[in-house]
Amino acid sequence: MLLIPCPHCGERDESEFNYGGRVADFPELQADMSTWHRAIHLPDVNDPIVNEVWFHASGCECWIQVNRDIRTHEFQPIDKLDHS
Amino acid sequence: MRYSILTLATQALQKQQRWPQIIAPEKLKPHYDIIIVGAGGHGLATAYYLSHNHDINDVLVIDSSWIGGGNTARNTTIVRSDYLLPASFALKNFALQLWDSLSQALNFNLMYSPRGYLDLAHSDGELEHFMLRANAMCLGGASASILTNSQIAEKIPALNLDQQSRFPIRGALFQAEGGVVRHDAVAWGFARKSSEKGVHIQQNCAVNKLLTSNGRISGVSTHRGKISANSVLVAAAGGSERLMANAGVPLPMEPINVQAFVTEPIKPVLDHVVNYNAGLSYLSQSDKGELVMGGATDGYLSTARRGSFARLEDTMMRAAQIFPFISNLRLMRHWSGTADIPMDGNAIVGRTEIENLFVNCGWGYAGFKATPAVGWKLAELIADGKLPEMLKPFALSRFTDGALIDDAGIGPYPWLH
Repeated sequence: MLLIPCPHCGERDESEFNYGGRVADFPELQADMSTWHRAIHLPDVNDPIVNEVWFHASGCECWIQVNRDIRTHEFQPIDKLDHS
Repeated sequence: MRYSILTLATQALQKQQRWPQIIAPEKLKPHYDIIIVGAGGHGLATAYYLSHNHDINDVLVIDSSWIGGGNTARNTTIVRSDYLLPASFALKNFALQLWDSLSQALNFNLMYSPRGYLDLAHSDGELEHFMLRANAMCLGGASASILTNSQIAEKIPALNLDQQSRFPIRGALFQAEGGVVRHDAVAWGFARKSSEKGVHIQQNCAVNKLLTSNGRISGVSTHRGKISANSVLVAAAGGSERLMANAGVPLPMEPINVQAFVTEPIKPVLDHVVNYNAGLSYLSQSDKGELVMGGATDGYLSTARRGSFARLEDTMMRAAQIFPFISNLRLMRHWSGTADIPMDGNAIVGRTEIENLFVNCGWGYAGFKATPAVGWKLAELIADGKLPEMLKPFALSRFTDGALIDDAGIGPYPWLH
């Protein structure tokens, strides 16, 4: 069970959240296919610390950003994202 | 040794002391025609069909652990072919046909039990979709039918068909050939027969790296030294990604945790495989009487091999909706493992950019049922050098071509699978 550190609500149970996945750095819309392929399909799998977003659906209803070690589930909170 | 009632009697007279080892003692040569990295069901099946369909026996199957110690023996043993998209259906239905006679072919009891698979529908819309799927299956040559609630009640009296429940059951898609297969026997059966033909099976010897020279794969590097090969197949599930990336072939997949559970044994109550679809919870009863259950993935990136209680609770809750008595049972065992899930949720099988490097991975938590078909077709590819029609859609190149096989319609994010 993950205890996710929400910057608004404190540590909360994972069942209150929806997963948003890795924070993606998308290329320009006009970029070629291979650039988009790398951006969408080939995440950096070598770093076990993943920068990702969660939506606190049963809480503050905000997207939050965290760093998580996917080997141990240790969290390092970073920031809150605005509602937009 | 051929297993028969005669060998059984002879061994009994010898106090069961003289059974030969299932696979020949380990020995490593410096060179092989083909090296298969990963001695799971898929890797061993490929070795078996290489030796038996194509008479290629200079093969090494190598694994970091023991055979039948990975995902092959950590699944809920269900086999079925109720898929809508032609690519997924064709491969799994071919596998289902092979499961039927595999125990005889391997001379090893895989306990294939075609007890019937029921996929429950919880709304009229879902039932309509199941009719579409059943029709597609029938067109593909499989048998499928739609069951009404009274037919379901006849098959599974214990099922809760109360129409007042939150997700009432409105019918089911039924595949009679669907069922369960004893999973670890699959690994042992394939290993034994391959070994008889001279295939080497090396356990507890991790491949650290694929060796390349002049844009080709020249062999593998292990802690017991380098072994060269003419071709290499990587079939190492979650371990494939790192090996392939180091060889310059990054794979579009991510690691997600999947769990399964077993309750304490009870009297026979369920002689089918049932899948609850409002959410996901699939159940069958083992020969020992335990209920074997699985659910969806944990839903987020993880290599921790530690299951989330949220998913466990969720799967149990759904199981208890269809079988209320489950809430009185204790869970006896619970295991979880890392599934390698590609960006469209479907497997990556076939060629790579490197001519003599083949790949078979990304089966996530849906690979067991396809085991013999994948082995059969991959052996064909490696032996003849011609890509079988059935494998074409599963090419790694589909991600650059944009021809995804998106069964659930939710790619390219694996955690949505």
